[in-house]
Amino acid sequence: MSDSQRPTRKRLDPRETELGQVGNSDRRRINRGQPQPIATAKRAGQRVRRDPRAERSISAGSAGRQRVSLRGLVTTGAETITTSVETGPRMVRIDEPAFLVSVVPDAPSGRLTGHDRDLLGVARSLADAGGGAVLMILFGPLKDDPGAAGADRVMTFEGPGFAGYAPELRSAAVIDAAAQTASRHLLFPDSAEGGGELGRRVAAQLGERPATGAWRVDPERTTCRIAAGKQDQVRPTPRVLLVAAEAADPVSDALYEARPLPTPEVVGAVLLEDGGRIAVDPDDVALAEAEFIVSAGNGVQDWDSFHQLATRLGAAEAGSRVVVDAGFIPRFRQVGATGTLVTARGYLAFGISGAPQHLQGITQCDHVIAVNTELGCDMMKRASLSVVGDAQAIMPELIRLVEVEGEQA
Amino acid sequence: MNRLKVAAMVSVGSHPASGRPCRAPLDARAVEMGLGLDGAELQMVHAGDPDNPALRDYLGMGLPTLTVLQQPAQGDSIPALLQWARREQPELLLLGCRANGGEDSGMAPFLLAQALGYAVVVDAVQIEVRDRELEIVQALPRGQRRLIRAELPCVVAVGAAAPAPRQSAYGPARRGRIAIEPVEPAVDIEAMHWEIQPARKRPKRLKVVKAKTAAERFMAATAVQGGGKTVRGVSPTEAARVIYDYLKEEELVTR
Repeated sequence: MSDSQRPTRKRLDPRETELGQVGNSDRRRINRGQPQPIATAKRAGQRVRRDPRAERSISAGSAGRQRVSLRGLVTTGAETITTSVETGPRMVRIDEPAFLVSVVPDAPSGRLTGHDRDLLGVARSLADAGGGAVLMILFGPLKDDPGAAGADRVMTFEGPGFAGYAPELRSAAVIDAAAQTASRHLLFPDSAEGGGELGRRVAAQLGERPATGAWRVDPERTTCRIAAGKQDQVRPTPRVLLVAAEAADPVSDALYEARPLPTPEVVGAVLLEDGGRIAVDPDDVALAEAEFIVSAGNGVQDWDSFHQLATRLGAAEAGSRVVVDAGFIPRFRQVGATGTLVTARGYLAFGISGAPQHLQGITQCDHVIAVNTELGCDMMKRASLSVVGDAQAIMPELIRLVEVEGEQA
Repeated sequence: MNRLKVAAMVSVGSHPASGRPCRAPLDARAVEMGLGLDGAELQMVHAGDPDNPALRDYLGMGLPTLTVLQQPAQGDSIPALLQWARREQPELLLLGCRANGGEDSGMAPFLLAQALGYAVVVDAVQIEVRDRELEIVQALPRGQRRLIRAELPCVVAVGAAAPAPRQSAYGPARRGRIAIEPVEPAVDIEAMHWEIQPARKRPKRLKVVKAKTAAERFMAATAVQGGGKTVRGVSPTEAARVIYDYLKEEELVTR
């Protein structure tokens, strides 16, 4: 008996069980719930199709061959057309804010720090949640764009009283500014650059209980790190906040108005006198903490000039692996992956070509100045100021210049 | 000549590894600074539980007595300390910049100075007293130092860069006397409603490339960052001038 002839067991059709009465019709159909409108649209032939030829004829204004490059659609041999629209930052203008959030950045030597920018991110989130605006309170001019950092209004206190270390007058100024603008919140960076001190002074004078070390802030609740970093404290968001670094992302995709506001007259009792900076031997400071570093690489032969220059500039000395191996610079002053990862604000590099291991060591430097005979090296690409020239010729000239300028000052 | 009245206000910290009560590191530095002052009469005062074993560690630094303003450990210590300071009238108040193991807000020096009408200096590493004049060296970030002049009375908060405190010796710690003064307990009502939880690990910031098109993402991933100014074909004198001007503009050289 062949397979086809074998009697088979009667099987159950699964669809049979699902068939039921659908709608008002007599036909039995599988019940799948509501009829789908997409099916009707498809049946009507409504699908929109692209017409690449038509698109191309619109985009190509002039004769020339078309090709698609990484930058978009490009016509060679004629004017270049970029399909991706060049959109600048979004412009934002808030004319009548519901309230103001005041921010007092550190801005040492007129530049916003990363911490300041994070703080402005926090201020923006607080302001944008309720239709408010951000007021930036500054002491002295700012070299960065306050609008790009996220400030709708700017109040700049200028005068000899605010320069240098003047926490008492500055806190009086912040309190006056906050009173004049009826600020809902006062934000400070909880930093050692002065923001931590100023914020606490203001809070003590206002009788407010600030949130310190706040790392998560929203309009209702604030989380602060307490108990030597072992506990978190969640509390209602107070008026005065001292915010930790990286509490929010900095503003990057919008440009705010940064409208200047008039400053109030400030009167305050001054009990402290600033005696100025005390000269610290830069070589006593750990290399990872040094503020300004002069570094030597394989291109330096004139070591007397190098040491003299570092002394004149008041900078810490450092070197790349090559000069450390050669014994010109001690091992603990080596910069790079196998040495120290430095955080200096300024890094002046002579004759360093910029091996990847060396560049890893200077990722956190703000201002890198490279002097090298070769323009194409990686150090020159990394630098914010690259000078093509011989270190042996430039170092004595720089020493002379520093001496002359020092005498004039 | 009457001696300068100095008070060191100490708190109890928690050991970083074991979590057991110990000297608060910055308060111990403040006591060390007070012990180093010539011709000063140093008193130590604490507001809290007098039975705390960590208080003996402070006595082990050499002073014979420690005044404890008795109140529950969770209470607000500022009113008690203020009451004591108004009565004793110390001219120089020394304490750590921030506590270790409590709210750690670092507000104590400012609140005391505000209420007493004293000047306040934080992050002090060294003090010198001449007549009624104080010369205080303040620690700044990156190992820098600043000189501040102030007049007595003054609150000086000691920072982490100050000289390390001496070790606590066992004998003096046992012999030392804890003088208990009862005070009205101040309850911190506001803080009772705050939620305290174990510290959560903070999320690490990721490097976000805000590119809208695939081409921009590709460029962001592959292109060498640059955009710096390049100076070439100039004499060494001109090159030195360019470098010096840049340094001066960014305030890297002040001279």
